[in-house]
Amino acid sequence: MALQKPYLDIPGTTVFDADQSRVGYHLNTFCMSLMKADNRVRFKADERTYLDEWPMSDDQKQAVLARDYNRMIALGGNIYFLAKIFSCDGLSFQYAAATMTGMSQEAYAQMMLNGGRSPGDNHEKQR
Amino acid sequence: MARITAGVATSHIPAIGAAIDLGKTRAPYWAPVFAGYDFSKHWIAAQKPDVVFLVYNDHASAFSLDIVPTFAIGCAEQFAPADEGWGPRQVPPVVGHPELAAHVAQSLIQSDFDLTVVNKMDVDHGLTVPLSLMFGQPQSWPCRVIPFAVNVVLYPPPSGMRCYRLGQALRAAIESFDADLEVQVWGTGGMSHQLQGPRAGLINQAFDRRFLDLLVTDPEALAQIPLVDYIREAGSEGIELVMWFIMRGALSARVKTAHRFYHVPASNTAVGHLILENVP
Repeated sequence: MALQKPYLDIPGTTVFDADQSRVGYHLNTFCMSLMKADNRVRFKADERTYLDEWPMSDDQKQAVLARDYNRMIALGGNIYFLAKIFSCDGLSFQYAAATMTGMSQEAYAQMMLNGGRSPGDNHEKQR
Repeated sequence: MARITAGVATSHIPAIGAAIDLGKTRAPYWAPVFAGYDFSKHWIAAQKPDVVFLVYNDHASAFSLDIVPTFAIGCAEQFAPADEGWGPRQVPPVVGHPELAAHVAQSLIQSDFDLTVVNKMDVDHGLTVPLSLMFGQPQSWPCRVIPFAVNVVLYPPPSGMRCYRLGQALRAAIESFDADLEVQVWGTGGMSHQLQGPRAGLINQAFDRRFLDLLVTDPEALAQIPLVDYIREAGSEGIELVMWFIMRGALSARVKTAHRFYHVPASNTAVGHLILENVP
């Protein structure tokens, strides 16, 4: 019997479950390597060569190079692992969150000051 | 015997740590957040706990995907602040309480909670930001700390009820430790927030305020919220709130709310904070 996944109808949200974790293992493991200062220097010096040291799919590598966080999440990335990439870039969680919503950082920050995204229209996918 | 005197719940947002470390706590954006902890700093200076049992989650710092323990207890003598990708926070090392931690580990496992024992571990903002919020910026932390890491990164985390029952077993474990220690249990993380995907930025003030109410008055009922409801109502990272139940389960059924604070936003997140004292 298939596992129950009662969260699949939540819009704009990818739950990092066991299947996502399996698909994203090498991507997330690459991210962990950026917790070492020496590795951050090597990655920034030549990103493609550094990525080629990891058995990731080419799609995953392209998503990292493009800093496409939604794509990285679709390919098994988890936000707390991906945080090592934007931290390495000197960018904040709020910057990364804004890019995933398609908003400018200014517009996103203002939305948060106004009380954040309302849950009202964000409970279930439109059918 | 050791005794549990109080519980503290607080969010553990990394940007709060950065604001403290960069001296921005009086900036207009941050001042209202830190004002919510003024009472707390005075309160804890008077309380002087010997040990804080600090429930938090690791954010892919100590635990990669190589090993993902659901409940992990830090039994080491000392824990260093983790390098989360921008260098370690310049905060004091965390001094553990290996004797009490070992006692709690054995006791909880015998109560059917299958803990992972960790003797070497760095601690990230999930643990150090709450210490900074409560104690400010001392040269060394003024008490011992037992880190207790709960997996909330890889779905599914333990349920709220599982955490509540663990808290109850934790109380029995601490109160059977033969030393004259005053212990606080802290539950950290939350409140509503989502850091990923097109729905990032979700905040649900109604959910959060109800959670703060019921955690005090009817935790047994609140603990029955299904995990999927946290994701749907409080955002994918709002699921961290299950950790607050370990704190609440370790306290008496009746508690006194010494302090309550709620603020939106800190970066992407709603800040919630409670100080609950056991009613003798």
